[in-house]
Amino acid sequence: MSDTKKMKVTYEVAPGDFERAGEASSGIKRLLQRIGIPAEVIRRIAIGTYEAEMNVIIHAGGGIVTAEISPDSTVIIVSDKGPGIADIELAKQEGWSTAPDYVRQMGFGAGMGLPNMIKCSDKLDIVSVVNQGTQITMLFYHVDKESK
Amino acid sequence: MKISEIIESLKLEVATKNVALTAEVTGGYASDLLSNVMGQASAGMVWVTMQGHQNIAAVAALLGLSAVIVAGGTAIEQETLTKAEKNNVLILTTNLPTFEVVGKIYALGVKNTK
Repeated sequence: MSDTKKMKVTYEVAPGDFERAGEASSGIKRLLQRIGIPAEVIRRIAIGTYEAEMNVIIHAGGGIVTAEISPDSTVIIVSDKGPGIADIELAKQEGWSTAPDYVRQMGFGAGMGLPNMIKCSDKLDIVSVVNQGTQITMLFYHVDKESK
Repeated sequence: MKISEIIESLKLEVATKNVALTAEVTGGYASDLLSNVMGQASAGMVWVTMQGHQNIAAVAALLGLSAVIVAGGTAIEQETLTKAEKNNVLILTTNLPTFEVVGKIYALGVKNTK
């Protein structure tokens, strides 16, 4: 990829659609594999995107996942018009969850979503307004952290 | 160790069709919490779980796991198998409980290096 080349892909995540859950993250993963991003970086992007995608399905009644891929970094933006996060610091804590019981029975709602996103990404920003929606922006540098 | 050796030794049922049994198993993880698996398991691992719904196929595909072993005789939804086959994810089943499955695999010499 030359410096001028920037790729952008957008996926719509349907509300409550557990059947297609993971489609945005796997689509982005396949794209990154095709352009030769290191596997360790793809793994982190896939995990972060999947967690954000699941949050949108569980909490927000659907949303939009966008990936902006540059030669040296990928930015994932996940936005929704859901209920918003009342206390972001609380939501970042491991184990904190507001997921309903039927979601917990599927093995989600363990309060690990945001902590996983923070761990996987190089930078994470949350903008959330109660009753208006949430936007999560994750930055990933294309640098293999394990081989450093 | 190849996944086929584990299948044979534990007498696991192969639930997916047309997914190769040749993957090299690099370690293992056992959990029913999907975010926990996302955060802790890594490529090549075999994952033992009691979940049978289709999101196990998504998690396994994203992580590049060598197989998912659905333990304790948990029923698997047909959609799970369809999704797994589409994403080349191997799903195995057994009536053995999770503890037994993990113990047997560990005894075969599969250990996590990290």
